[in-house]
Amino acid sequence: MAATKFNKKKVVKRDDPSSKRKKKDELFTPKRSKEEEDDSDLSDALAEEEVDNGLIDSDEEGSGSGSEDSSDGDDPLAHDFLQGSDEDEENDSGSVSSSDSDETDIEDKSRIIDEKRAREEKDAADEMQLNIKDESDEFRLPTKEELEEESLRPPDLSSLQRRIREIVRVLSNFKALRQEGATRKDYVEQLKKDIGSYYGYNEFLIGVLVEMFPVVELMELIEAFEKPRPICLRTNTLKTRRRDLADVLINRGVNLDPLSKWSKVGLVVYDSQVPIGATPEYMAGFYMLQGASSFLPVMALAPQEKERIVDMAAAPGGKTTYIAALMKNSGMIFANEIKAQRLKSLTANLHRMGVTNTVVCNYDGKELPKVLGMNTADRVLLDAPCSGSGVVSKDESVKTSKSLEEIQKCAELQKNEAIVDYALRKRDVKLVPCGLDFGRPGFIRFREKRFHPSLEKTRRFYPHVHNMDGFFVAKLKKMSNKIPSAKSSESLNEAVEEDDDDTKKVGNEKNDGECLHPQLNDGGKGKKGSQNHVVGNGKESKPTVERSKKRKFPSREEISRAREEKRQALRVKKHGSKKG
Amino acid sequence: MRPLDEQETTVVFEKLHKFTGNNLKNIVENPSHEGTEPNPGRYCFRLHKNKVYYVSDSLVKRATNVARSNLVSLGTCIGKFTHGGSFHLTVQSLGLLSPNAKHKVWLKPTSEMSFLYGNHVLKGGLGRITENIVPGDGVVVYSMSDVPLGFGIAAKSTQDCRKLDPNGIVVLHQSDIGEYLRMEDEL
Repeated sequence: MAATKFNKKKVVKRDDPSSKRKKKDELFTPKRSKEEEDDSDLSDALAEEEVDNGLIDSDEEGSGSGSEDSSDGDDPLAHDFLQGSDEDEENDSGSVSSSDSDETDIEDKSRIIDEKRAREEKDAADEMQLNIKDESDEFRLPTKEELEEESLRPPDLSSLQRRIREIVRVLSNFKALRQEGATRKDYVEQLKKDIGSYYGYNEFLIGVLVEMFPVVELMELIEAFEKPRPICLRTNTLKTRRRDLADVLINRGVNLDPLSKWSKVGLVVYDSQVPIGATPEYMAGFYMLQGASSFLPVMALAPQEKERIVDMAAAPGGKTTYIAALMKNSGMIFANEIKAQRLKSLTANLHRMGVTNTVVCNYDGKELPKVLGMNTADRVLLDAPCSGSGVVSKDESVKTSKSLEEIQKCAELQKNEAIVDYALRKRDVKLVPCGLDFGRPGFIRFREKRFHPSLEKTRRFYPHVHNMDGFFVAKLKKMSNKIPSAKSSESLNEAVEEDDDDTKKVGNEKNDGECLHPQLNDGGKGKKGSQNHVVGNGKESKPTVERSKKRKFPSREEISRAREEKRQALRVKKHGSKKG
Repeated sequence: MRPLDEQETTVVFEKLHKFTGNNLKNIVENPSHEGTEPNPGRYCFRLHKNKVYYVSDSLVKRATNVARSNLVSLGTCIGKFTHGGSFHLTVQSLGLLSPNAKHKVWLKPTSEMSFLYGNHVLKGGLGRITENIVPGDGVVVYSMSDVPLGFGIAAKSTQDCRKLDPNGIVVLHQSDIGEYLRMEDEL
């Protein structure tokens, strides 16, 4: 079929010049009439066939007939034209050198040349088609030997890239494009290896990513990781308005745009002639440089004026100042930070932004309920330290440094859901919608794991979809202090989840102290995790926004009554001891 | 964290009075909007680790729960006591001083950055200046768009400024918002 197509093409191609030539011919040899020429054409055709049979050696004939066989009814026509053209050529030259009697001889020769050429062209076309087939339709996985050979040489990036693309293509339409006998797993394994060597990820991380995403999306994600996220700044509404700030900065030669429509305070900076972190406006606290992703947990938290908020891992203060701005400096915020060296930047930022309703303290998050007392907070923001796997674009080392155990120590990719799931099962809390109308819903099922269906209310944010650092947001509402009875029967196989205990512990952090004690014992690992990982708010950080309604707890009168009783008891005791 | 004793209070108030004059009354008597209580409380001064904080009553009450070693900051830090017992205002107090400032100077845009790098205010960079400044008064420094940039001590009176040569110092630099970047660790 391909051959016929090609012939047709040739016909069309040849058509033009031949007719032109004819016209030329007519000009050159005006004595010949058109009829004559037609006649001679016909006679030529006849003569040609005779000559074909008789004169030309078997080689050429065979090939010629072969070509004729493969082609359909179009072919004779094609031949006709070809001959016509060729004859004309010959005539061009012949008219000068040879006489009429030589005509047949010359025609023979020309025909031979012509056929040869046609054959060559066809061969070339076939070959090309074969080549195309080889490369695209039948992409083959490299064999073991090839791989071994490859490993000896330095990696060839362009071929690696091509192979990645091919594998992705095959995987996206596996049924049609796969190679006979190769399983999907082979392809995926090869893809993992190639991506690993091309982009410099380690095997574990790429494995997890492959499990999380379909291949095409995976490539988008990895490409997105390679690009830096745009610089983002948040207007400090305590001091200025976004429009005013934008005007001032544009006058300074900063090229910026409002962030997407979900934020009223965000600005995106494309490029700037001045250092954006050292303008007088920055120093005056008009704006804060912070990733678009760190807006989200605060927006989900939705702090109201006159509330008490606890920010569990506050430094460097981007989210804390955002909370304060939303509350218009009313109410109060406890900004906690465990790492002493990060306190400086936290306090500096708070003061620079003109936040006055904040108490900064330096505790381990697990101790906070003891310090602040139970039932003292309306909302809790926890942006726990994480694996940093969502901020690959910021920190290249994440790619290679995160080994299995390290990631498991803190929040592993799919662990976000696992942690919240754990909290749902072990405490009397429930998930409420985040109030963010974009982002992907969290996983309800991941590979072999199944989570609580309400986890659909959590939100995941990906670099390639939302153009921000990866993020995970969940909003929990505390219903009561009691712990479901299953507590004591925690089995061993849940140990991994307990590594991440501090999240959910913190979630319940203003529960009564009692409920905390059993957990404090096993919380050592979780704490270590949080100290190890400075990268605060990356993709797989788990800013578990915890919210608890104060009204659900015993009222203030009750508490004061309880205290009064205690005091009474103490007094009686004292009295008793004095007497004694 | 403790309230200031009598001597400390006088030192701090004297310093503030230099900058705010009679507006000092506002600073002390303003109702506070921080805190969760429905009716506004007052602001008070607290000393913690040699630093003086200006903070709402209700915050102080809550912050008493936090152990002294773990308390880092509360409300607004306005200055610190040196070992010698003298009191220095720090740049964080700018938010408190600027609304209540008595004497002000405005800088031309060209000399803004010079001041933000810690230099004195020269006559050449002066855009505007309030009347009746006496040498030694506290002066708050603004940009022409009314953004507070820092504060200092007047070196010349307003009258003298008029006939000063362009390189003469008008305001001696004490503190500027560039310190948030330059010396974050010392604040």
